[in-house]
Amino acid sequence: MFKTFGSFVLFLYNMVARAERLKVLWTRFFEEATLIGVNSIFIVGIVSAFIGAVTCIQIAYNLTNPLIPKSTIGYMVREMTILELAPTITSIVLAGKVGSSIAGGLGTMRITEQISALEVMGINSTSYLVLPRILAAMLMFPLLVILSMALSILGGYLAGTLSGVMAPQDYIEGIRTDFIPYNILFALIKAVVFAFLVSGISAYKGYYTEGGALEVGAASTAAVTNSIIAILLADYVLAAVLL
Amino acid sequence: MIEISNLEKSFDGNQVLKGISCTLETGKCNLLLGGSGTGKSVLLSCIVGLMKPDLGSITFDGTVYTNSKVDIRQEIRRKIGMLFQGSALFDSMTVAKNVEFPLQMLTPDMTEEERRDRVEFCLKRVGLENAGNKMPSEISGGMKKRVGIARAIAPNCTYLFCDEPNSGLDPATSIKIDELIYEITHEYNITTAIITHDMNSVVGIGDHIIFLHQGKKLWDGNKEHILNAEVPELREFIFSSSLVRAAKRVEQEDGPQGLENLAAEPLSEV
Repeated sequence: MFKTFGSFVLFLYNMVARAERLKVLWTRFFEEATLIGVNSIFIVGIVSAFIGAVTCIQIAYNLTNPLIPKSTIGYMVREMTILELAPTITSIVLAGKVGSSIAGGLGTMRITEQISALEVMGINSTSYLVLPRILAAMLMFPLLVILSMALSILGGYLAGTLSGVMAPQDYIEGIRTDFIPYNILFALIKAVVFAFLVSGISAYKGYYTEGGALEVGAASTAAVTNSIIAILLADYVLAAVLL
Repeated sequence: MIEISNLEKSFDGNQVLKGISCTLETGKCNLLLGGSGTGKSVLLSCIVGLMKPDLGSITFDGTVYTNSKVDIRQEIRRKIGMLFQGSALFDSMTVAKNVEFPLQMLTPDMTEEERRDRVEFCLKRVGLENAGNKMPSEISGGMKKRVGIARAIAPNCTYLFCDEPNSGLDPATSIKIDELIYEITHEYNITTAIITHDMNSVVGIGDHIIFLHQGKKLWDGNKEHILNAEVPELREFIFSSSLVRAAKRVEQEDGPQGLENLAAEPLSEV
């Protein structure tokens, strides 16, 4: 395990030690940002809206005490969404979509000698292939998390009001009660850390793939599994340190 | 000229290269010949820098490559063009973009127009002037090899390495690819190293042949002398081909005239 960690650190060091020209990295960064960010909007939107809706309905189902105001449902949806559901669930969804795509793409490039071709040309393949992916993920994950927060709270609103569980003004009042702006910052910090973990681990797994098509599949699976475990560990550490 | 001196490489205690010393000559097709598992690919990987040898040195035109500083290695690598066994084309780019890629990365001072002209020239040189807009998945194996050659020569490489350029190709296409590599080598006076176990390549383009067996260099010479080489392993390798054995049988039965008659027959009757 320590050997793997050391190898991962060296992998990241090589990526920045002999970085390619800024112009090249800039172009690659935008290509990757499109692939990672824009292409993930749909899945993040669907997942977030439904998680917000289900959260609202389940909180309402559990809050049976008439002494607790209905606005508490909106308050709880907001807190759960911002603190945990939006950054963590979005990152787990993206670990599946983006992580497997990064590992599969790099793994295929490795077994078809495309990475060797870059190396022979004198191009730092980690800098050219991995650095833009990590940077793009670190930019796009927080943006997707912001989108997820908005859609999740909107999902809760629609589910709560359309099903008749609560009045619209109760929900609005709830999501405006005791708002702590730091929580947004906390969620965005989590998103950046999770983005680094997902893209870095997936790139590492894909870059060092050996063998054939079967191993590329195995690398993708390992990338997703390890990324999710890393997200959950980091989630606990960040909560303990920053809250 | 590339000089290789006492090169050794092991994997988990299994010594694959056992002190190989040889010279790859400029302006010639240097063939690394040998059966499977003799260390040809490992030797080539060490030369191009994809693997680090355990011992020995590699010198490119007087500049020592092994254990030199990163800047020196990068400088040499930028003079290297390589044709991979599976072509290794970037499958997200068109044929023209593949050829343009090393120019974009290695020669930032070139204008877009200069790059376009160079890509056109290289594609024309390998006979693919009309395939620039195709994706690698849309072209044949032989065309992929040609694109690989075009990509390798695009940045005016000084050293060209080809890893089994004939693998997976029919005999006629193989000969065309061999001829193309041969022409380019002599036209641009570059140092070319080709991994092969194809006897057609040996007798066709073998300016300088290095025979490897079990990680050792057993013989080197040219195509004129290879058939008379007194190395049992090399003779066994050469004459293991069914075609060569059939030709030998015809020669023994009918004499030299029999071989000439055989060569004159249409292919369908052979």
